[in-house]
Amino acid sequence: MQFEYNIEAGNFTKAGDASSSVKKILKQLNVDPQIIKRIVVSLYEGEVNIVAHANGGKIICDIDTSRVHIQLIDVGPGIPDIEKAMQAGFSTASAKVREMGFGAGMGLQNIKNNADELIIKSEVGVK
Amino acid sequence: MNVCPTEAIRVRNGKAILYENRCVDCGECFKACPVSAIFIDQDDFKRIQAYKYRIALVPAVFFGQFPEEIEQNQIYTAILANGFTHIYEVEIGVDLLAEEVKRYAKSHPEKKPLISSFCPAIIRLVQVKFPALTENIILLKPPLDITALYCRKELTDQGINPAEIGVFYITPCAAKIAAIKSPVGEDYSMITGVINMDTLYNKVYKYIRNDRSTHPAVIPKKHLSKTAWQWALTHGEALHFPGRSLAIDEIHNVIEFLEKIENGEIGDIDFLELRACDESCAGGVLLSANRFLVAERLRSYTPLAKEEISAGNSIQAYTDYLLRRISIQPINPRSMMKLDENMEVAMRKMDKSSRMLQCLPLTDCGACGSPNCQAFANDIALGEADIRQCIFIQKNREQTGELTPDESLEILKSIWGNDKFFSNSK
Repeated sequence: MQFEYNIEAGNFTKAGDASSSVKKILKQLNVDPQIIKRIVVSLYEGEVNIVAHANGGKIICDIDTSRVHIQLIDVGPGIPDIEKAMQAGFSTASAKVREMGFGAGMGLQNIKNNADELIIKSEVGVK
Repeated sequence: MNVCPTEAIRVRNGKAILYENRCVDCGECFKACPVSAIFIDQDDFKRIQAYKYRIALVPAVFFGQFPEEIEQNQIYTAILANGFTHIYEVEIGVDLLAEEVKRYAKSHPEKKPLISSFCPAIIRLVQVKFPALTENIILLKPPLDITALYCRKELTDQGINPAEIGVFYITPCAAKIAAIKSPVGEDYSMITGVINMDTLYNKVYKYIRNDRSTHPAVIPKKHLSKTAWQWALTHGEALHFPGRSLAIDEIHNVIEFLEKIENGEIGDIDFLELRACDESCAGGVLLSANRFLVAERLRSYTPLAKEEISAGNSIQAYTDYLLRRISIQPINPRSMMKLDENMEVAMRKMDKSSRMLQCLPLTDCGACGSPNCQAFANDIALGEADIRQCIFIQKNREQTGELTPDESLEILKSIWGNDKFFSNSK
């Protein structure tokens, strides 16, 4: 089964709506609560990333009995060095933003820790 | 039907029916029903007479219901005059619990945020709607169970035969009754029976109003601390928790917040005090007085000095006994949202449900007997409803000739009962 959600850039009030919707579906499908937790925590992290850093995008969630496959597709600045971005603690946030408590550099780590597999592709300078 | 936060109510044959596996005993339907059709089952008051020693476990909110002019000793006297032999305030176990919760938090740093086990409707809500959070619930007895254990032990130590002791809880809500009749996290309940708070309130108030002073006035033992008096109010627990804590009351507010917790949207909170009723137990459905006044009265009680509390308080002698028994069993998820045990079947049902939803008007009118169009679509997929129960579908099918007006009427009668239609045609 496939579900698609459009994610609006910059609208933090709605960040989390797609995650909540996916969570509800997984509960209805009787998926183990601990697995739902992992899926939703990583999805929410990704959803907020689209809202915060990209110019909008979409989430495609594909569910079957053996696995849940989620694609987060956005158009934005891109990630120049994925390997570096994946390092725990790496962040593009300015000192000022970090002072506010954001940009700890744990977002992608958090997704990776909760997912069984994480694949990131990025092209810089497309748009 | 629409006020139920877990969509547990349907209308069939003119009556509301309840999906028990979804009901969390929050009491919202009881508050909303205009004709008081919903009643809360209690034990017959006469049942207390089956015991030689009749204990009333009275929560602090009971005292908060009476006007300021009525003194506490009058209330005590009236309770005893109505047939009880002993009174224990439910919150007497609070000080001991408050300390134990702090120790629990230290030894379970990984389970953040910890969720209080105080409100039984919240425990059930977490089980059915937020199964992944069941492991965050603090596995310690609520004050009621601690006090029940304590009063039984104290009386049997005085040489009283346990079989002659009847412990009756004066309950402010339906959830507490369910927690006693079918306890979660406990093998059995220490409580013999339940008396609805409004029942005892009426008896006590009547006695006070017609006081004939046949009983000598009873001077209550002074043993509840300020913490204990206010424990059942909103912020009663949260104020005493070290670290970052939040107090949230009213079940819809709780649901909204737990959704966010479950998504991992909100981190670094140490403790959640969650209560199903607005103004917590002061807003219990079985209270007679206004909830804001009850809360205000309890908050305005002058705190006793520490020495006064310990002088009137014999629970300290039982601290070790109670602490050894304060744990409860792990609380298991009881998800109500699943469409089927088998994921493949559940997916087929979900597919059917979403196809049905596309045919429905999305007006959420409730005429079909389900609380909204989404719930109705699920009911169809689960085989518990027929799409022809929707009046919009009926109109369409009458137009195309697939359904006769008589058939439509019969369907509506099967949902709302014959009476609704009789009176209109006259």
